[in-house]
Amino acid sequence: MSGNADIYHEMIVDYSRNPTNYETEDQRKLEDSFFKNTDVIFHDSNPLCGDSIDIGLKIDDNKVTDIKFSGKGCAICMACSSVLTEITKGKSLDDVRKIEKNDILSELGLEQLQAVRIKCALLSLKVLKSALYTYLAKHLDDSQDVDKLKEDAASLY
Amino acid sequence: MQSTRSTFENLRKDFPILQRTVRDNKRLVYLDNASTTQKPNQVIDSISDYYRNYNSNIHRAVYALAEEATEAYEKTRDKIATFINVKDRQEIIFVRGTTEAINLVAYAWGRSHIKEGDIIVTTEYEHHSNIVPWQLLTKEKGAKLEYIGMDDDGELILDDLDKYLATGKVKLVTFSLMSNVLGTITDADKIIKKCKAAGVLTLIDAAQAVPHMKVDLEKLECDFFAFSGHKMLGPTGIGVLWVRKSVLETMNPFHGGGDMIREVHKYEATWNDLPYKFEAGTPNIADVVGFGAAIDYLTKIGMDNVREHEVELTKYAIEKLSEVKGIHIYGTKDISKRGGVISFNFADVHPHDVAQIVDGEGIAVRSGHHCAQVLMERLNVAATSRASFYIYNTKEDIDALVNSLNKVAKVFKL
Repeated sequence: MSGNADIYHEMIVDYSRNPTNYETEDQRKLEDSFFKNTDVIFHDSNPLCGDSIDIGLKIDDNKVTDIKFSGKGCAICMACSSVLTEITKGKSLDDVRKIEKNDILSELGLEQLQAVRIKCALLSLKVLKSALYTYLAKHLDDSQDVDKLKEDAASLY
Repeated sequence: MQSTRSTFENLRKDFPILQRTVRDNKRLVYLDNASTTQKPNQVIDSISDYYRNYNSNIHRAVYALAEEATEAYEKTRDKIATFINVKDRQEIIFVRGTTEAINLVAYAWGRSHIKEGDIIVTTEYEHHSNIVPWQLLTKEKGAKLEYIGMDDDGELILDDLDKYLATGKVKLVTFSLMSNVLGTITDADKIIKKCKAAGVLTLIDAAQAVPHMKVDLEKLECDFFAFSGHKMLGPTGIGVLWVRKSVLETMNPFHGGGDMIREVHKYEATWNDLPYKFEAGTPNIADVVGFGAAIDYLTKIGMDNVREHEVELTKYAIEKLSEVKGIHIYGTKDISKRGGVISFNFADVHPHDVAQIVDGEGIAVRSGHHCAQVLMERLNVAATSRASFYIYNTKEDIDALVNSLNKVAKVFKL
């Protein structure tokens, strides 16, 4: 990779300015906030840089019928969270479980992202996987299966 | 005798790391000195000299090497005493750094002096190292942790302190002498005067202050004082805790082990003299030696000259950064009240993205919450970018930062 600024191509800057499937803090205070009517919400943050992401899911018939995120993050974090929500929406829970880090990174041309920024890119995927195991732990009896998912989330970066 | 200006221009050659390039052959512009500073040859050489020529354990063996090592180790203690103007060398304890120093106080003093209902007061602009140890202690003891608030200029609201002191329950007031985020220089004299009148002990986190300005403990009259070597040209893993002797004598040991004892029997032990009672185990001898070399280096320049150099840089940086449209600088603009630390945000661009783009130009600035999340909440931001200066920085470094910010503006179409 040449210059450090190269990762900030049009798409990333655009997503960071206009994230998709996103609710602002103010929107979340409203009566009709998506986050007031979800099946599961999960929150996590990056202790090093302060990126902080919530993901809410609506799940019906083992399918993610709707998803939104909220929170604060750098351009990489906001762009990756946007892409993740776009990929996830409409997928079956089984397919959501199969989402891997490269599915997100390749979508934004970030395969070569330096190690220190990987956590910015993958925070939302970690939150999504954690949201899923929280949901499954409540709705599934197979605790081994849930543990596996928990491990997946923990070992992302 | 060299003039001050040429002293600062010439000293860059003492720092091997400043000669290297980064990111496609760009000149390294190191502006993260509040985090850690670079090391001159004098410090690096003193450490390797210890390992090459007189490596041995201190205080016990009678052979030549041990004598030399002990002498070098103890000499640093004396250098520190002179540097911060302490009369009694027994009050100077070597620790890993400021964090360990504060934890030592919370453990060895706090556990025997803090009871249920007591109050410990800190401030909104503390580093986590001056918050979390007190959270742990107050939770354990059923005591309370309170905060002196900060105004919009980044200065402490001392009325808050009066309010807490009036309860009669405050046992300790702990604050940084210089904020690691805003650079605010705390009015320590005022705080300590109030505390002394109320019979309350004071702890100063001087990690950011001692490297950058003259500090005189005879005048300060605090009770605990902590700082780190690596923020003042010295190696990592070595720092100082100074405790007023009358207080130190009321403290239990921190770590148990070798060197801190006088006699050990099967079921009991007695303690070594001060300060060794608080220096258990083989200490970080090499880095104490290196720390001594760092103090020699700074002493030679003179701390008043260090401060003057940084005031000039900070003034210049605030002026230049203010010219960039969209830059918001946090903290006071009054240079007499701030050190060489400038936290800023650039329009709506996240500090991590700013740091990444300027890094592409060879510029090292910090982005994030700077271990001061309580302050970030107070400022209502998730993070800031931070440039912080030291003796080897130049106006050219600041110009490079400003130029690289123009690149950020271009990428983010500001």
